[in-house]
Amino acid sequence: MSDATSGLLTIAVLVALLAAAYVPLGDYMARVLTSTRHLRVERTVYRLTGVDPAAEQGARSYATSVVGFSLVSVVVLMAILLGQAHLPMSRDLPGMPWWMSFNTAVSFVTNTNWQSYAGESTLGFAAQMAGLAVQNFLSAAVGIAVAVALLRGFTKSRSGTLGNFWVDLTRATVRILLPLAFVAALLLVLGGVVQSFTDTTITTLAGHSQVLTGGPVASQESIKELGNNGGGFFNANSAHPFENPTALTNLLQVFLILVLPVALTRTLGTMLGNRRQGLAVLSVMGLLWSVSLAVTTWAEVGGHSAAARAAGAAMEGKETRFGEWASALFAVATTGTSTGAVNASHDSLTPAGGGAVLVNMMLGEVVPGGVGAGLYGILVMAILTVFVAGLMVGRTPELLGKKISARQMTYVALYTLTTPALVLVGTGAAIARGSTADAMGNPGGHGFSEVLYAYTSAANNNGSAFGGITVTSDFFQLTLGLAMLLGRLVPIVLVLLLAGSLAAQGKVPVTAGTLPTHTPLFVGMLVAVLVVMTGLTYFPALALGPIAEALT
Amino acid sequence: MTHLLSDLARQSLAALRLLVVMTVVLGVGYPAAVWAAGQVVADRADGQPVRLDGHVVGSRLIGQQFDGDQWFHGRPSPNDYDTLASAPSNLGPSNPDLLAGIEERRSEVAAREGVAPADVPPDALTASGSGLDPDISPAYARIQVARVARANGLPVAEVARLVTAHTDGRSLGFLGEPTVDVLGLNLAIATTVADRGGD
Repeated sequence: MSDATSGLLTIAVLVALLAAAYVPLGDYMARVLTSTRHLRVERTVYRLTGVDPAAEQGARSYATSVVGFSLVSVVVLMAILLGQAHLPMSRDLPGMPWWMSFNTAVSFVTNTNWQSYAGESTLGFAAQMAGLAVQNFLSAAVGIAVAVALLRGFTKSRSGTLGNFWVDLTRATVRILLPLAFVAALLLVLGGVVQSFTDTTITTLAGHSQVLTGGPVASQESIKELGNNGGGFFNANSAHPFENPTALTNLLQVFLILVLPVALTRTLGTMLGNRRQGLAVLSVMGLLWSVSLAVTTWAEVGGHSAAARAAGAAMEGKETRFGEWASALFAVATTGTSTGAVNASHDSLTPAGGGAVLVNMMLGEVVPGGVGAGLYGILVMAILTVFVAGLMVGRTPELLGKKISARQMTYVALYTLTTPALVLVGTGAAIARGSTADAMGNPGGHGFSEVLYAYTSAANNNGSAFGGITVTSDFFQLTLGLAMLLGRLVPIVLVLLLAGSLAAQGKVPVTAGTLPTHTPLFVGMLVAVLVVMTGLTYFPALALGPIAEALT
Repeated sequence: MTHLLSDLARQSLAALRLLVVMTVVLGVGYPAAVWAAGQVVADRADGQPVRLDGHVVGSRLIGQQFDGDQWFHGRPSPNDYDTLASAPSNLGPSNPDLLAGIEERRSEVAAREGVAPADVPPDALTASGSGLDPDISPAYARIQVARVARANGLPVAEVARLVTAHTDGRSLGFLGEPTVDVLGLNLAIATTVADRGGD
């Protein structure tokens, strides 16, 4: 079998698996998130937490809950990281330094999982399990909660409320993420992913000393992919053989990365009572994702770089068992969602491949985006699209039975400005500092790309890196931490205010003048808006980095 | 504003309580349950240790540093297969250091194996994504057969047979790339040499 046949078959099987999960999982999530019944275990959680599950929250209260929960989570996680030496199974490692623990705590709470530390040499097992992995679940659940709150903005009419954050958070965790992560973790253990609590020092066959690092890897690995978190147990992330031992576990991981964001478009269709709308949103994501995959695969498999021509293939930074095809597939899946796990070095990707995964993030993490975050992100862009269309024909824009007026467009405009501002101001500030040149791991335009990639990844809550850059200085820890925090919470607050303003409206009837939003025409318009917005915002920065490198 | 702040304070208390409950369930109960279930396949959960004379000498999954003519060599590793520092080189695709390194390795490997520089496969010239890659391509194993056979006083055909025995096809017949397990192969070589020495 040729590599191309193997690569194409892998993609075909992945698509088939996603298609099989689409309806049952999407509808299951819709049922869970709209059900009026509480499970007994959930009632226990509410009682212990002191939450009234029947209390409905308005937009401001819902947003306060999200922000409060996130800030408390940052403080608690920071405390765990700083004080890990006092926890069991600390592997005799000291507490994390102050700024690194701030950056790491923000990183995991915001679903970014940017890593300025190396797991195997920095963290004990308790900090990984009870600190980081807990936020892997909860940050993904927060994304689902916010997406559902926005959907309720469309389904509710003349209502002052969006549901209950604590109920949404608990249900997403207990009924969706935990059972799926548990099954996936078992499959990963079967596939060879480690789940042990001992490090063993051995003498190798050739007489060297080597530590066989243990750890609760499989349990963390499954939610890392499923929740689109991406923080590796080890520094090498999913390239590490203990995290991702075979091509089979690799396919499972790519599936886990994509399954929730893809199935959530079905949840959208089901909750709105308009399944074609879910398919239209999925089509937008699928179209852009396919283009990205085609470009990256062409660049990597074709070996379009100086290093690939010198070596005979683009294998620098790639594992033998995965090769170029499965590495390109993983890279596109992990950056199109807000995962950020890697099974190959993105810094060593070809210029076009590295550029494509960078653009994936710059699209705003909507192809198909993070768990929940991708869904609310694409809905915001859909509002922008109906607005642009409305301008062209001179009609008040509508989306899904709601009028889009100046108030909604204010939130949308602020949303679309927040992340690019964080990326470009952050990159500019870093580049303006003389010491940044020393932090770059590569010379020339590629060094600039490392900085651009870092702020793009942080502000879009992706978490992958052009890893050659050294980001342990206080400046990078603080500014990347702020980019992650603001890039997460500001858009969420805006989305919830938007949802509240939509829920307060009555429904407008569909007329002959209403632009249908489930048609190929609208899919094309939404794709165009995404591409034009991203291009206008980032083309100059891209030209200095990957485009310059690809052309030289 | 004061209302918002007092609301934030009240909500934060609920947040803290929920976090404690969830930490017990997700941070302790869940990984412990996965560990317990994993004991059914304890060898896999423990990282597939490889033993020689009852001693663990490595993991099937983790590459090792092999120098010297008697061994099959793995891929270049930026960290010499140090599991406490797993990492790729992160050298960019146009980095002059990487290009020079590739050329240097090409002449080294060609000289070591006695093959034309053009016949050195890409995985022999490039570092992996983890620095711990346990595998090499069948092509890289093939060009090492003659040297390993010579250094160990083994027939070339015997070494070639061992290479074939330690070559894995694509997972499920179509996933990923064919690989040669370097540690397993070297272990087989060492065992074969020891057996012949004992005759």
